[in-house]
Amino acid sequence: MQTIIFFKQFRRLAFLLILLAAWEYASRFILDKTEATLLPPPSGVALGGLELMKTGEIWKHLFDSLSREFFAFCYASVAIPLGIVMGCFKWVNEQVDPLIEILRPIPPIAWIPLSILWFGVGNSQNQFIIFLGIFFPILINTIDAVKNVEPNLIRAARCLGAGSWGVITRVVLRAALPQIVTGVRIGLGVGWMALVAAELVGANSGLGFLINDARTVLRTDYILVGMLAIGLIGLCLDRLIRYTAQKLMPWSRALNA
Amino acid sequence: MLALKVENIKKIYPSMQSKGQDVLAIKDVSLEVRKNEFCSILGHSGCGKTTLLNLIAGFEVPTSGKIECAGKEISGPGADRAMVFQDYALFPWLTVFDNIAFGLKIKGFSTLDINKTVTRYAALVGLSQFITHYPHQLSGGMRQRVSIARALVVDPTVLLMDEPFAALDAQNRAMMQAEMIRILSEESKTVVLVTHSIEEAINLSDVIVVMTRRPGQVKEIIRVPEPRRMVEDTPAYLAIRRQIRDLIAGEHEVSEVV
Repeated sequence: MQTIIFFKQFRRLAFLLILLAAWEYASRFILDKTEATLLPPPSGVALGGLELMKTGEIWKHLFDSLSREFFAFCYASVAIPLGIVMGCFKWVNEQVDPLIEILRPIPPIAWIPLSILWFGVGNSQNQFIIFLGIFFPILINTIDAVKNVEPNLIRAARCLGAGSWGVITRVVLRAALPQIVTGVRIGLGVGWMALVAAELVGANSGLGFLINDARTVLRTDYILVGMLAIGLIGLCLDRLIRYTAQKLMPWSRALNA
Repeated sequence: MLALKVENIKKIYPSMQSKGQDVLAIKDVSLEVRKNEFCSILGHSGCGKTTLLNLIAGFEVPTSGKIECAGKEISGPGADRAMVFQDYALFPWLTVFDNIAFGLKIKGFSTLDINKTVTRYAALVGLSQFITHYPHQLSGGMRQRVSIARALVVDPTVLLMDEPFAALDAQNRAMMQAEMIRILSEESKTVVLVTHSIEEAINLSDVIVVMTRRPGQVKEIIRVPEPRRMVEDTPAYLAIRRQIRDLIAGEHEVSEVV
């Protein structure tokens, strides 16, 4: 039984392993030396990763990137109360919506030149770019969630004695929470992509800096390690939020689907 | 003593389009419901019976006329007129216990009182075993029991019910009607129920208000001879059912002529 389960798990990885093996083979036996420098085999990448871990360099970059993402998320979470106010009060929505509709389609990356002039190279500039990536998905989802709260739930609360404030805190906020979490998930994903772009050009540390710096010394194995780390962290962040949200909101169909 | 008094209510919905016609939903509706009386409002769909209930609940404001609950004119929704909805409208993020406790928490009851009261009402509707469940884990009939307990727990002057059993299948509907009779025998309440089922109205009511087609008006008010003890297929039962059916069928023809 144990072995069957093991093989079933293994089967899912079969294609991936074949690809890795083909890559290893190509890099070692088909490509010439110069080309192999540009595409090191998986084993080479793994060695590079070990090297970076031993020297502790990768942890430093990882920590810097994650802390930027974290601080930017803290600033961007202001989108939640703003979204609730915009969803609840029509006149606020009327005033703020045009501004947001104009700013939203500008990709965070387009802000990089201006932000470097404003903040210089470093944490503030990076956080600003990430902030832009996180802010809008959270805001749009929050507004949408608040507007789509089942009207009968609000009526039910009203006829059980809840006032306007009670309706917002006890009903609107709770009912909107699953979609707000979805906004946070999307936001953190977009922010993470924006982060790497920001670090490529405007930072002295972080995973984006690591891969760009490795390029200048032709350490393609480091570049691949950095890229892999970016991907894995992005995946972990997403899973972490989803898992936490499922634990906290077992009633939500959207989250548990 | 009057629990509810509706006086010359008129409700006009302004048209959505700039040139469209305003819609007169109900007019000249007056009715009185005594304390501990069960009043059903019966009529075709679209006759304004739900509008009337929403006006009583305070979700909507009448164009003219006034509504008094226990002698006080109403202004907006309140816990003295708790409502049971057709789609249950339970809070999906709260357990059965917390759903029932909702109104008590808003009133600021102590934890001890909340525990005691919720436990009592959960038992009254037969859900003691399920208080830690979430609504999505319950069947339709059980959800409606939660909804009834949630409304009863705030001790409303008038309990409003908007086609509460319409979403249930026939067996469940009959069972919930019997349950409703049992609950009311243990816990006297003034109830206003909106329904389109003649049988449901006869089985549950003291008074049946039959409404006309739109614009909704009171066509006739009928007292049930033996409230909640009517036996199906007895001559008395058949007579009252016949009477109501004729009233409603008459409405049908009128509207077709128009």
